[in-house]
Amino acid sequence: MRYNERELLSLARQPAEKAAEIRMSVPKKGNVLKKRLVKLVVNFLFYFRTDEAEPIGALLLEHCKITKEEENVFSISFIEEPERKYCFECATEEQCQEWVEALRRASYEFLRRSLIFYRNEIQKMTGKDPLEQYGISEEARFQLGAHRQ
Amino acid sequence: MKLNERSLAFYATCDSPADNAGFLYKRGERHTAYHRRWFVLKGNMLFYFEERDSREPVGVIVLEGCNVELCDAAESFTFAIRFGGAKSRTYVLAAENQAAMESWVKSLSRASFDYMRLVVRELEKQLQEMSRGLAGGCAGTQEPPGLWKPKPSGLEHWPERLPALPAIPKENGCAVWNNVLAAERLPDTSGCAGHDEEENPRPPPLPPRRRVSSGEAASAVGQSPSTFCRLHEQYSREVARLRQDWQLKQRGPRP
Repeated sequence: MRYNERELLSLARQPAEKAAEIRMSVPKKGNVLKKRLVKLVVNFLFYFRTDEAEPIGALLLEHCKITKEEENVFSISFIEEPERKYCFECATEEQCQEWVEALRRASYEFLRRSLIFYRNEIQKMTGKDPLEQYGISEEARFQLGAHRQ
Repeated sequence: MKLNERSLAFYATCDSPADNAGFLYKRGERHTAYHRRWFVLKGNMLFYFEERDSREPVGVIVLEGCNVELCDAAESFTFAIRFGGAKSRTYVLAAENQAAMESWVKSLSRASFDYMRLVVRELEKQLQEMSRGLAGGCAGTQEPPGLWKPKPSGLEHWPERLPALPAIPKENGCAVWNNVLAAERLPDTSGCAGHDEEENPRPPPLPPRRRVSSGEAASAVGQSPSTFCRLHEQYSREVARLRQDWQLKQRGPRP
């Protein structure tokens, strides 16, 4: 699949929501954990060799499942291939929990559901649509009930 | 750089709703001929397919950080997706009519994750200010961002879980609303998630730090899902009562 790699690389260089050195394994390589710099930027998780400026890879975090595995460990899998797991071994359990929470909130789809939820709550409280002032109340992406799972 | 292409392709073709979809003409990179492609916008990803029923996209444009501009080109209904970098490619697209062009330009220019996040934060803030405003003299109370935290993406049913708002709220674990409403003090809920400290008006307690649960969610340690539900129900009842009062006030005295 073609993609605009240059822009993705540029995204990888931007300030991250979260970044840390974490041991990580990818599904293919026999689940060997290797130390990587892992960086969360918008809905992408980039991973770098610790001494390199360009990421080895990027994961788009949509329709994925973040699972807390054993102590200090969590995994990312995608719903169409649940057995293929990217595993991450953190330094501490606390770090692990923080990453799990951050990653679960890192998808565009999660943000969209949050928005619809808040919009609905505000509308119930005030009788007014809070998006009207921004002129975006009619946009497809913000519609209540339009979103199916 | 590796990309999880299989998952991307799945995201592009699965039945989650698209923010926009339709035929557009895409100008080639080297040759300036236009190719008709089926475009699907989901979130901040613009996928394009050879045909409408193709099983996999030909490519994807990651839209984060882009600018969308109208073009002066000889070809009508053209617009461009531009990025900031020095050597970045500009994608020139053409729609089939004015309405389609406008619709695409609108949806593409607001497609970024950053934009969505901005709007969500703004609404969160509004909701917090509303609670704070209603709580009257509760200055200086720290409320966490995301006071009403919707469930994370793993749990599918949160819209259905929003409880039906009762006509007459029966319980209030948190005395914050006493400032606003008539003096009546409501009994504490026995089930208020362990943050029951109120004798004075305060905003609702912070939701307990959500503990991560694995597949077998209702483990002994992870009481979070039920606690969240309970808190959520409490907030809903409070909100319902407030709304009722507000609506009564709006109606004014009856003739």
